[in-house]
Amino acid sequence: MSDQIKVAYWPGCVSRGFTPELHGSMAIVAEKLGIELVELDRANCCGAGVIAEHNQELADTLNARTFALAQETGLSMMNICSTCQGAQSECQQRLDADSSYRAHVNEALSGQGLKYEKDVNGFTNKNFLWLLVEDYGLDKLAAQVVRPLSGMRVGPFYGCYIVRPKERLGYGEHPDRDIYLEQVIVALGGEVVEYDGARKCCGFPVITMNRETSLKQAGTHVGDAIDAGADCLVTPCPLCHLNLDMQQPEAAKVVNRDLGLAVLHLPQLVGLALGAEPKELGMSKHIASTGWVEERLAAVPA
Amino acid sequence: MADYKIKVRRFQPESGQGPYWEEFKVELEPSLSVLDSLLQVKDREDGSLSVRCSCRAAICGSCGMKINGQSGLGCKTQIGEAQELAEKMARATASGPRTREAGREIAGDDERAQPGAEEAAPIIIEPMGNMPVIKDLITDMESTHWTKIRRVTPWLLPHGEAPEREYIVEPESMIDITQSMACIQCGACVSSCLSMEADPDFIGPAALAKAYRFVGDPRDAEGVERLHDLAEDPHGIYDCTHCFSCVDACPKDVAPMDQIMRLRRKAGEAGIEDPNSGHSHELAFVKIIEKKGTLDESLLLQESFAPGIKGKLVPSRRAIKEMLGSIPTAIRGIKTGKMRSLPKLIPGIHHKLPGTAQDEVQAIYKHAEEHNEEFNLYIKGDEGELAEIEAEENLETAIAAPAGEEAPS
Repeated sequence: MSDQIKVAYWPGCVSRGFTPELHGSMAIVAEKLGIELVELDRANCCGAGVIAEHNQELADTLNARTFALAQETGLSMMNICSTCQGAQSECQQRLDADSSYRAHVNEALSGQGLKYEKDVNGFTNKNFLWLLVEDYGLDKLAAQVVRPLSGMRVGPFYGCYIVRPKERLGYGEHPDRDIYLEQVIVALGGEVVEYDGARKCCGFPVITMNRETSLKQAGTHVGDAIDAGADCLVTPCPLCHLNLDMQQPEAAKVVNRDLGLAVLHLPQLVGLALGAEPKELGMSKHIASTGWVEERLAAVPA
Repeated sequence: MADYKIKVRRFQPESGQGPYWEEFKVELEPSLSVLDSLLQVKDREDGSLSVRCSCRAAICGSCGMKINGQSGLGCKTQIGEAQELAEKMARATASGPRTREAGREIAGDDERAQPGAEEAAPIIIEPMGNMPVIKDLITDMESTHWTKIRRVTPWLLPHGEAPEREYIVEPESMIDITQSMACIQCGACVSSCLSMEADPDFIGPAALAKAYRFVGDPRDAEGVERLHDLAEDPHGIYDCTHCFSCVDACPKDVAPMDQIMRLRRKAGEAGIEDPNSGHSHELAFVKIIEKKGTLDESLLLQESFAPGIKGKLVPSRRAIKEMLGSIPTAIRGIKTGKMRSLPKLIPGIHHKLPGTAQDEVQAIYKHAEEHNEEFNLYIKGDEGELAEIEAEENLETAIAAPAGEEAPS
């Protein structure tokens, strides 16, 4: 393929920590789609907004380093975490706004032979979701589907950092970024489930600070999706996955109802439609059972 | 002129009935506002439709409402744009047969509801969220918004005697709080707040932005006391879930969440400990990345609740409760294999970045801690956009200037 996509790939921390199935499934899906991943293995944590809260310049410089490492490869950057997307976009917006601030931050990188340059060769940093729709293309994706998710009812769950604030996240140029998950679900042959929580907060950022508030948010959204008839949720954010899946049994206690809804990472949902097996996509590592999803799929042979 | 359909959530307390939806057809220019459409209904169709408004120019802050689920001002939202959004969202949730277009047969697809209904989707208009509704689109601002505003002592607390005339301050020292001073008290951020939705006791975005307005004021003498108050309230600054809803809702670019983060930064710098472990969580996070480059999740949990040697020798009741509370989750993680590795189970044995990369991260820490500069985009602006504005102004001046004469400098 002449227009093969090759990206500098930043997997983030959580995809290699408590959601290892995300990193693994991304590798499988990238191969199936023909996306070449050049992993930024020397890059650091995005700070998740927490480092910026402590010292904004520190967060900006740490992410300038990641961008500079990506620019060294001559490729655009791809991430697989809504939180990385939001935290990095925030720093990039400040770095891009002012050349003297950028020079000040680059001063800290000069000893490492690194430099972040604005707009060099059209450098972008996109979540896999954005890359899939904007660069890979939905029609091309639909053409790769070997096991359509027929009859599978999927609820989208975006993660705050990838939908707000709109101005910072490039919605001026790409106004449909907040309906891409729906578009991908349809492209894979699934049905979109409309429910209240799709663009709300999973509660994860306050899980250590106010567990009750945090789990109430997660539990409410999962419950709403179940009531709307969802077979599963899909999310491009591993931090949302922690609250929606890993903490789901605890969230069920807080909202005082039975839950038990599979929550898939975006690459897992894509992988299933491309014919990958649930086990190789790491779905057995989930806390909320993915059995129902697998049964629905089994009805349609790959 | 264009035709629009608006779907309004209505409620009349005297009727004894619950809220209901009512659709109206309106006809107006797309550049006119959603508020204009409501006033047209009031004028031509139903005079009982109730909405608060005054200036119609995004100054008075009276017409806060939810339009297609998004909180904002009715007078600042163009009806044409609201229509586009309503249609986009309706399109997104109608599962279309894209895969079939790609030449594939999908079993059962034909029986599904056909998408792309011909009729245009209505614009959904609701009263603001997180507060009681008095009638139709009029909410009770007193019981939530104003009560919370008063909660943060929203007036100046200076030292000593008041000066005979005005306080004299350097203009530069006030720049930092101009953003929070831009608030017009419309309540759109409160309406949109996802933390308050889950925890109604949360002080909330409007009141906390107002609090920063005084914490950052050079004339105020009680800044540290204010920070103690806001950090030590379990529903205070560490109850914000960082969802950015208030940032997008605010019609005046106050970015309340950014002001909350500034309060956290200042509270942290003042060394204030809080009952939510917010400060220790922040410090633990920052230290872990300095040591390891990427996040050691189990160490973050441990250090958030029981920081340092002291935190472990004399753990707080909260630390014990939270650590015990996380055991069932950990056991489930071990069972499924999610956490079945030593670095994920034992805090502190997480790997560092390869080669010299960790030293590079530490060099960045050294540089940033020396300077600790806050680049405030609201105040400084984007130089690219500023250059464009300047070029436009120059062009206008050049056009305005008669030929042969120099533009006034």
